[in-house]
Parts: sequence; structure tokens; C-alpha cells
Amino acid sequence: MADLFIGDDIADDVEIAAVATVIGSPTAIVHETERLVYGGTHRRHDHRHLLLPALHALQSAKGWISPGGLNHVCELLQVPPAEAYGVATFYDMFRLDESDHPSEVAHVTHVCVDAACQIAANEELIAELEANGEQVHRSPCLGQCERAPALFRQGIGRPDSVPADAVEVAEAARRIPQQGDPSLRLLRNVGVVDPTSLDAYRANGGYRALAEAIEMGPAAVCAEVADSGLSGRGGAAFPTGVKWRAVAAEQGRPKHVVANCDESEPGTFKDRIVMEQDPFAVVESLTLAGFATGAENGWIYIRGEYPLATARLENAVGQAREAGLLGADAAGSGHRFDIEIRRGAGAYICGEETALFASLEGFRGEPRSKPPFPTTHGLFREPTAVNNPETLINTLDIVLHGAQDYRSRGTERSPGTKLLCVSGRVSEPGLYEVPFGTTLGQVLDLAGPLTGSGALAAVLMGGAAGSFVGPDALDMPLTLEDTRERGTTLGSGVVMAFTDEIDMTDVLVRIAEFFRNESCGQCVPCRVGTVRQHETMVQIQAKGSLSPQRRSLVGDIAEVMVDASICGLGHTAASAVNSAMDLGLLSATNGDSPR
Amino acid sequence: MTVAPDAAVAEVTVTLTINGRAVSVPEGTSIHKACESAGIETPTLCWAENLTPVNVCRVCVVEVEGSRALVPSCARAAEDEMVVQTDSPRVRHSRKMVLEFLGSSVDLSQATELAAWMRHYGADPDRYDQPDLPAERISEEPKIQDDLYIRDYDKCVLCYKCVEACGDDAQHTYAIAVSGRGFDARISTEFDTVLPDSACVYCGNCIGVCPTGAIQFKTEFDMRAAEVWRPDEQEVTTTVCSFCGVGCNLELHTQDDRIVKVTSPADHSVTHGHLCIKGRFGWQYVQPPTRK
Ligand SMILES: Cc1cc2nc3c(=O)[nH]c(=O)nc-3n(C[C@H](O)[C@H](O)[C@H](O)COP(=O)(O)O)c2cc1C
Ligand code: SF4
Ligand code: SF4
Ligand code: SF4
Ligand code: FES
Ligand code: FES
Repeated sequence: MADLFIGDDIADDVEIAAVATVIGSPTAIVHETERLVYGGTHRRHDHRHLLLPALHALQSAKGWISPGGLNHVCELLQVPPAEAYGVATFYDMFRLDESDHPSEVAHVTHVCVDAACQIAANEELIAELEANGEQVHRSPCLGQCERAPALFRQGIGRPDSVPADAVEVAEAARRIPQQGDPSLRLLRNVGVVDPTSLDAYRANGGYRALAEAIEMGPAAVCAEVADSGLSGRGGAAFPTGVKWRAVAAEQGRPKHVVANCDESEPGTFKDRIVMEQDPFAVVESLTLAGFATGAENGWIYIRGEYPLATARLENAVGQAREAGLLGADAAGSGHRFDIEIRRGAGAYICGEETALFASLEGFRGEPRSKPPFPTTHGLFREPTAVNNPETLINTLDIVLHGAQDYRSRGTERSPGTKLLCVSGRVSEPGLYEVPFGTTLGQVLDLAGPLTGSGALAAVLMGGAAGSFVGPDALDMPLTLEDTRERGTTLGSGVVMAFTDEIDMTDVLVRIAEFFRNESCGQCVPCRVGTVRQHETMVQIQAKGSLSPQRRSLVGDIAEVMVDASICGLGHTAASAVNSAMDLGLLSATNGDSPR
Repeated sequence: MTVAPDAAVAEVTVTLTINGRAVSVPEGTSIHKACESAGIETPTLCWAENLTPVNVCRVCVVEVEGSRALVPSCARAAEDEMVVQTDSPRVRHSRKMVLEFLGSSVDLSQATELAAWMRHYGADPDRYDQPDLPAERISEEPKIQDDLYIRDYDKCVLCYKCVEACGDDAQHTYAIAVSGRGFDARISTEFDTVLPDSACVYCGNCIGVCPTGAIQFKTEFDMRAAEVWRPDEQEVTTTVCSFCGVGCNLELHTQDDRIVKVTSPADHSVTHGHLCIKGRFGWQYVQPPTRK
């Protein structure tokens, strides 16, 4: 077994105290000269999942992760420093160089540079903030596209915050457009039920679904979810019933259910609003998933830039635990189940389920090859069901009212309702819930007249990993089947409207840059392909045209990314760019696709 | 065609179709090995006999019927009734692009095996350069931090082999890991600490596995710089390391009667290609320095 070599730098008191809040007593490790007696692979793996929380603690205490702080964590967790450095440098929210973080600033202001904010004068905001002496970090989509341009403040020695969450500004801004509409299913509680109170949640029907599920038994719950035709809302639309049954069938090993709250697809903010405004529904439905699959361990992996949602979920988990709805006999089910919340640290790829496992386990957020699939080899290589929070909260209605009632909304192949994140040039951007089958035009009408020039140029469907459609797609029913047939996707529910005064080339350059920045770098097709694709977009931007040589490359680059990348990031990285070229949105390409 | 199963164990055999021919192999055999048994050569870069497959480079991809994306042959096990194409247009395209992508971003001048495959697939890394917009490259200066070996990440294809050899697969030292993300990912010690101050124990196993010359003996690096490195004239003598009783096989590479580097065969039952500082670098003490 390895004895770890740990360098000479030592942590200061602030760092030691910060780390102690997540790792507990440092005396657990016995020293014998400079060697660690209990060193070795096993011990490393036992505690390694605390690495990410420990790095967060260091970052927030000092504004950067120092060599001494890193060494301290490595010693406690028995993680080799080179590996811990590799993990820390994987994430955008961590600084490894003190000079990035002058000690006199109290926070770093992250400003979103993705599409919705890009067309909402974010550059002017950045200039203004910088003129005021703020330290600005240009961030990918912050999941607040309905209130573009978006800001997030990463605190140093103080909590992180989002200016728009401040009590003074919040009330009006927090209203969802359809608030209180009696036809709402998933958003029923939003803005209506106090999100900080378990009592209020229960008074409005909360935890009835879990009680019903316990009455029915796990097999019947899985059957009902399967019959409902519910499919995953995280982007891949995998049938939830199939996933749950697969995990339920695994015996003899610890099992996990994970709420994938990493929400980082540009244009997506639905999960944030659900978590902020109806956190108990996420906790109840994750408990229900644990019961149905026989998993004892629930995890919520939430993106690091969501401080309010994190606080609300922590509060909800705490109250649920106190009320016996989590714990040794969760909700009187006779089944042990508890939930742990973990924060991501700024990496879109960690929303990919296998990258999420790696991140949670304390490794770099690099996707793993499938097969084996998460249902047999998920978190800690144990059976795991990963679901998006929107998927999860759907199961409450399914269990309470039955699959048949659920199928009364939506279409045969896309039953139920869908949350849509409408942003861009609309008068009332925000989160909408509509039955599947509602047309794109109807959704844009709900969000009010177009702003900007008022003439629609394109709609980005499904986020940066999705694709653009033109104004001729307004009659498209928003279902899995119709979007697929029209060569686009619902993805994570993004509907971002662009009017014709917008320079789409700038938007496409940024989308290409997004993928380049977010590639984990593991596989060659994506690590290099996203860079070459970005260079192509830069060429179009710089010259207004593509050299014939480069033009022939565009399709070649896309093909290898789609065919040979490891994960969905590489598979979809060329999708928006290709669709924009097909639609002639880039002046240089005039509609004739280079493919 | 059949590969004789290990006599001791009665193994289950699976039969798949590769390029239209039936091939039978023991269960658990990778598609790559199955191809090899059928006489089909497959390029590999991140795969090695003595390391756990990481399947990151994707140069070995094949088309498997029923699978939407191409499949890394080095890591995927052959299954009964699998239908595999190793030379379809999609396969050729992806292999060519992977090689081109690498050639367009790092220095492959010492990756001799890749050069042949690049010719085979017609890879043209130069087509990514625009007259006024050159393709971005990994540009790194060689790290020369001691007299034993150098690291020149300008040549690194990020195959993870050195990380595996330093860590779980051989040395258990974990001196180096991948840091950063995407195109900025690099092999690094913590905070890029110089090797002598890091956990490195100078076993040289990372040198042994590096396919591109990004990690190499200082002797080789210096001789290449002086343009006196002549691999064709080198002799390889196999011997057993005399420093301790383990019995590691050493291959001494000599040029002009001087030892210029030391390797160990990857298929050797004791070393699996891996050594320690004494076997790898001990010769430096038995002959005076080569420096001119
Ligand atoms: C690059 C990438 C990012 C992803 N990000 C998310 C995410 O933030 N949230 C999410 O629920 N799913 C995300 N997914 C999809 C997950 O891998 C997984 O399919 C999903 O969480 C499963 O839940 P569902 O079946 O309920 O949709 C992402 C996938 C990829 C390839
Ligand atoms: S496709 Fe991209 S993000 Fe996915 S594993 Fe490969 S490099 Fe990483
Ligand atoms: S010489 Fe050995 S210990 Fe040092 S980095 Fe290479 S493999 Fe690791
Ligand atoms: S240094 Fe060599 S062995 Fe290590 S990742 Fe780079 S190319 Fe592979
Ligand atoms: S917050 Fe800016 S695009 Fe989403
Ligand atoms: S050799 Fe198979 S993926 Fe690298």
C-alpha cells in the first residue's frame, strides 16, 4: 500500500478550521514519523467522497486553495496531492493561484456570457462592474436565463449569493408567469406554498404520495411509473419505469438514488425554480424513488451556483429528517432512507450521470464508458438510479392519481406535462408548464409578444446541446416524437427566442466556445474537435466567410465528435452549429450546409 | 478461426462476426484482441497490455451493429453474435480524424507507430491551419528538472498511460495526475511542483509506457538535441537486474557501447514492463556521464 508523500506546505488555522467543518476530527489519523499508518487504497476510497466538500471549504474560506490547504485535506483523506490538484483544477469555481484572488475583495462576481445574457447586454454590465472595481468572472449559463443578464457572487469568507435573490428585489421577480393557475401540476405549489415549511407543504397535500406509495409497495409503484409512460426530463428521455425496475431488481449491494440537480445546460433554469420554490417535493419524490428501488442512500448533486436552492433543500432535508420522513424508518415505511446534499463546483459535464458519480466520489468529473450502466455500476460502482428533479416530481402525481389520469394529459407517446424554460426576446420570459403537444407557437404566445425587432429569426430548442429551428417550426407540437421527426429536440426544455436584429454569428461563436470550455478533455474527438469547431466559428466571425478548405472540415469535425466521443457532450457539441448553418443563420454560410 | 483457450480453465467461447468472418474467442476477450486473432490490425494509443484500459483516445474504434456510436475495441468485450466492422467508411473517418486532431495539436515526430497509421488513413493534420488563423496547439516547454528524465508535454497525447503506470497499475506512487480540463488538460504534479520535490521515486515506469516520447530519458533527450540519437544502430541486451533478488528483466539499449536507456518487456511475468529506480537508472552510476 502506498504511503503518501505530502509536501512541506502546511495549512493555516483558517484553513484547518474550514476543513474541520466537513471532515471532522483530524485526530482520526495516527502519525508515525512522517508516514501515515493507515495509508492505502482502501482508506483512500472510504473517505474520498469528502474531497469535493473539503475543496469547497478551502475555497470559500480563503478565496483560493493553497498548497498547504490542499496538503492538509490530502493527509486527512489519504488522497495523493497530485490527484487532488487534478480534481481541484477541473472545476471553474476553484482558484489554485493566489494572484487570481486578491485578498481585499469579498466576492468574485460571475456574469453569464451565454446566449440569453449575451443578447441582454451582458457586456455592458461587465464593463460597469469592472469600472466599479468588482472582480468579474465570465461564467457559462448561470441558470437564471429568465432574468438575463445573470449574476452570481462567489463569496470569500462569506456565503455565496445571487443578487436577484435579495429580499428587496425578489418578490416580483420570483413570480412565475402562470402562478396560481389551477391547471398546473408540477408547478402547483410554486409561489403558493411556503417553501421553507414542512407543515405548509403537508397542509397542501405534501407527503400524501409517499404514504400512498408505502401502501402500494415498491413493485406496484414501479409498475405505475412504467405504465404512466414517464420519461426522463434531464435530456435523454429514458423511460423512468424501466430504470427504477432495473435498480429494484439488483440485490445484495448498497443502492443509491440520485437527484441530478446540476442543471447547467445553457438556457435551462427549471430545476432551480422547482428546488427554490418547492424543495419538499424534490425531497419527497427522491424518498419515493428510494422506496420504489429499494435504495437506502439518496443524494442530491446540485450545481455550485445555486445558493438559494441549496439552502432550501438543506432546510427541507433537515425538517423531513426531524419529522421522521427520512432516517431509519423513513415515513414509517420500515425502510431506511436518508439524503445527502453535495454541491458541484462549476462543470457542465458533471451533469452527465457517470461524470456526476466520479465527481461525487472525489475524482475528476470524467464520464465513464457505458456499459456497464448506472443501474448496475453507478455511484461507488453500486446500483444507482439517477433522475432529473423534474422527472422525480412527476412521480408524485403518478402515484397519487394513477397512470391513467397522468396519461389524460399530453400525447400517447409523450404523456403528461412539460416544464419549458422560455427566454430570449419574449416579453415574459420564465418557466411555463404545458401539456406535451402544445405547439411552439402557442408557447411563445404564452410568453407574450416578441421583443427586439419583433420578427422571429430562430428558436434554440433544448439548449446548447439542442438545435435551432426557424419560424416555420411554430406549428411544431412539442412532443418527443414530433421534435425528433423535425430533427430537433426538447432536451432539457429550453425554448430561447431570437429575433432578426441579433447577430447570430456571435451567438454561435459563444456556443462553440461553451463546448470547448466544458469538454472534460478525456477523449480526443471532443477535446480537439470542440477547439477546431470553435476556430471555424471564429473564422466566420472574423471574415464573414469560410475558406473552402475549412468549410469541408466542418462536417468532418462534426462526424467524428458524434461517432467516436465517449459521452453526450461530444455527441451533441456540433448540433447547434450544424442546425444554424442549415438554417442559414450565419451570414457566411447562406443556408447551404457544408455537410 | 479460434484462439486456443487457456488449457487450465474450460472457458466459454463466444463467436462474433468481424468484417463478415466468424471469429471465436474466449469470453471476456476484447474486440481488439478478437480482431488480432483474426489477423486484423487495429491502431491503439491509450491501450497497453500491462495497463487497465481507459479507452480515451478513440483511435481503435469499430462499428458494432446496433450501437449508435462507434465502440472502442480495446475496452469492449466481444459478445456472441456481435457484428463488427473494422474498415467501414465511418471507422476509417473517425480513426483518421483522431490521428489528424492529435497531429494538429501536438508534436508527434517521435510517435513512430502513429506515423504509419497516419499514412494508412491519409491523415493530414495541416489542413486545420488557416493562413492567418493557425490551429491552436498545445505549446509547452520541456520540463528538465533532473539528470534522469525529462517531460515534454508538447508531445503529450493525454493517453493517461503514465498516470496509470505511476498509480494503480504499477507504482502506487501517484506522483502525477491529469490536471485542468478540456484542451487545457495536462499531466502534472500538484501545483506543477518540480519532480525532485514531488512524490516521484524515479522508477521510470512512466517513461516505459509513454507512446510519444513526451517522457524520455535525459540521455535520449540530450542525444536527440545533439543529433546523435541513432536508434537503428542501437543494440538491445537482455539481462537480469543485479541490484536485488526480485529478478527483473532488463533490456539495455546501447549505442556506441554506451547504455542509453533501459526498458523491461511488457510481457515479462515479474515486471510487466515496470522497474524501480535501481534497474531503470542504476546504470548511470556504472558509466561516466554521456554529456559532452
Ligand atoms: C453533458 C451532459 C450534461 C448533462 N447535464 C444534466 C443535468 O444538468 N441535469 C440532468 O438531469 N441531466 C443531465 N444530463 C443527462 C444525465 O446524463 C442523465 O441522463 C439524467 O440525469 C437522467 O435523469 P432522467 O432520466 O430523469 O432524465 C446531462 C447529460 C450530458 C451528456
Ligand atoms: S465527449 Fe467530451 S466531455 Fe465527454 S468524455 Fe469525451 S472529452 Fe469528456
Ligand atoms: S518516475 Fe515513477 S514515480 Fe516518478 S512520475 Fe514516473 S512513474 Fe511516477
Ligand atoms: S506523457 Fe506520454 S504517457 Fe503520459 S499521457 Fe502524455 S503521451 Fe501519454
Ligand atoms: S443565465 Fe445567462 S444564458 Fe442562462
Ligand atoms: S486504444 Fe482504444 S480508446 Fe485508445
